[in-house]
Amino acid sequence: MSTQANGITPKAVPVYKDTFSLTKFARRNGAQLGIFSVFIAMWAFFIVMAPDTFLKPQIYYAFMSTIPFFAMMAMPLTMIVIAGEMDLSFPSIMAMGMISFILIHDSTDSVALAFIGALATGMFIGWLNGVIVVKFGIPSLVATIGTQFFWRGAVLVIGQGKSGSLLYTKDSLLHPALVGKPYGNVPMQMIWLIVIAILAWVLLNRHKFGAHIYLIGDNVNSAKLMGVNTGRTRIMGFILVGLVSAFAGVVASLHVTYFWPSLGEGYLLRTLASVFLGGTSVFGGVGTIFGTFIGAFIIGAIEAATVAIGLTGFWTQLIYGLIIVLSVIMHTYLSKRVE
Amino acid sequence: MDHRLELRNVSKSFGEVKALQNVNFKLGNNEVVGLLGDNGAGKSTLIKIITGYYQPTSGEVYFNGQRVDHLNVPKARALGVETVYQERALAELQTLWRNIFLGRELSNPLGFLAVKKMKSETHRLMTQSMGFTSAAVTPESKVGSFSGGEKQGVAIVRALFFDAEIIVLDEPTMGLSLKETDKLLNFVRGIRAAGKSAVFIDHNVFHVYSVADRVVVIDRGQIAGEFSTKDISLDDLMEKMIRVAETGSLN
Repeated sequence: MSTQANGITPKAVPVYKDTFSLTKFARRNGAQLGIFSVFIAMWAFFIVMAPDTFLKPQIYYAFMSTIPFFAMMAMPLTMIVIAGEMDLSFPSIMAMGMISFILIHDSTDSVALAFIGALATGMFIGWLNGVIVVKFGIPSLVATIGTQFFWRGAVLVIGQGKSGSLLYTKDSLLHPALVGKPYGNVPMQMIWLIVIAILAWVLLNRHKFGAHIYLIGDNVNSAKLMGVNTGRTRIMGFILVGLVSAFAGVVASLHVTYFWPSLGEGYLLRTLASVFLGGTSVFGGVGTIFGTFIGAFIIGAIEAATVAIGLTGFWTQLIYGLIIVLSVIMHTYLSKRVE
Repeated sequence: MDHRLELRNVSKSFGEVKALQNVNFKLGNNEVVGLLGDNGAGKSTLIKIITGYYQPTSGEVYFNGQRVDHLNVPKARALGVETVYQERALAELQTLWRNIFLGRELSNPLGFLAVKKMKSETHRLMTQSMGFTSAAVTPESKVGSFSGGEKQGVAIVRALFFDAEIIVLDEPTMGLSLKETDKLLNFVRGIRAAGKSAVFIDHNVFHVYSVADRVVVIDRGQIAGEFSTKDISLDDLMEKMIRVAETGSLN
């Protein structure tokens, strides 16, 4: 790639150095600072209201154990939403991946092959979602409502609605690698969440794939005019959602060493809420991994916190709704000001 | 001597609609050609065939005397075609540096971005040629916050930055102030000065006449006439344009 421009004579220009200033930082990271403030404010509120719970480490170990299941999936979902698409099929992908896992284990007696098979199944379903959206031009919201039902149906038909024990995985390396606790009380799924979040951040911010994801969500016409393969990029995004969903399905199942055919059903709205709470725009072109990460922990903490501060569990959904609506309003307001 | 670009008998249909019919078009080395025509005459379709965005329904495209089949956007770019689109092809929610390198980010073979290098290059281009004087504009600024002229500047500098042989300008003066238009026309002259070629669409006959070596008039999908700006006065050109608009031909 030539860096020498036509008609532009090269002159010694000092290398661009981005000077740091607090206002610049605030302007550039408005949405992330906004949701981080919400997070800190909520946390402070919880500590004041329920110090017995929130000043002890146990509650945090509990969060690290349960939040990663949906927070992982929120990472590639953030990318898909930034690209202006949507995927509602991931809860079914979690379960379908486990069907492959069990079938492959039954026939080969290999946990490793079963694991690889589950991931491959997730990627295949993601690819199929992408192809339906890109090649047939079906809006992804509609297409993945369809595939969500289809693959849940496939889980029930193939598995005859049966659940099953996964105790045999306890003897394999997979169990400690995915859900063990090698570092004191920090569960492996938390480590995996961090790994996936870092990989997602790098892909989104330091790779062509991510640059094209933002571009497609921002202005798909510009992307096409500038020669970006918008179809392939979006299909790749769907494949990533499929892959991570199947992975999360295995992790969540191994955590309880049991497979339920309803696996994933409670995760749909939580995962989506994490993404939107984190400041990702439903119109595309805007969103961050950091925001989603914080969003997932806010969503995950509310349920435990409402009970801990002495409200009944009935309040959980009401508070979910309140936080989500207020945060999305905050993001809209911030993005208008930041321009 | 081969032409830098030549279209032979090119037609383009969209379903029943014939946007272009048997168009022959040549662009020489170091030549600026202005395309004139009414709305819907086929100017934009012609330009989008040159840039590879549309494939012709029939006819042939030659670059430097070599026939090129199945021209698409990446192929046209590889052949040195750079475009400044009417809609500018910017991503307004993204930063300036990302817009400069839109669709061809500098990266290593694995696709990881050379972010620092792209920011530095953007900064260099800004200080050397974009004429951004405001201190508030940095490579990290979002393009959506720029004025119309500044946005056009981004699209033009992007075209300049990558080693272009043919620069295609699709209504570049639209929405620009007089001062900004003047800058832009100077830039078009600069293309010729740099030994490159340009195709230039504009509604404004004065703009086209003042920078083009040759003017091609399109009407209803066909070439209605060609004039060298050396051989025709502006008044005569205006008169011919009006005749074409009324009758569809020069005769």
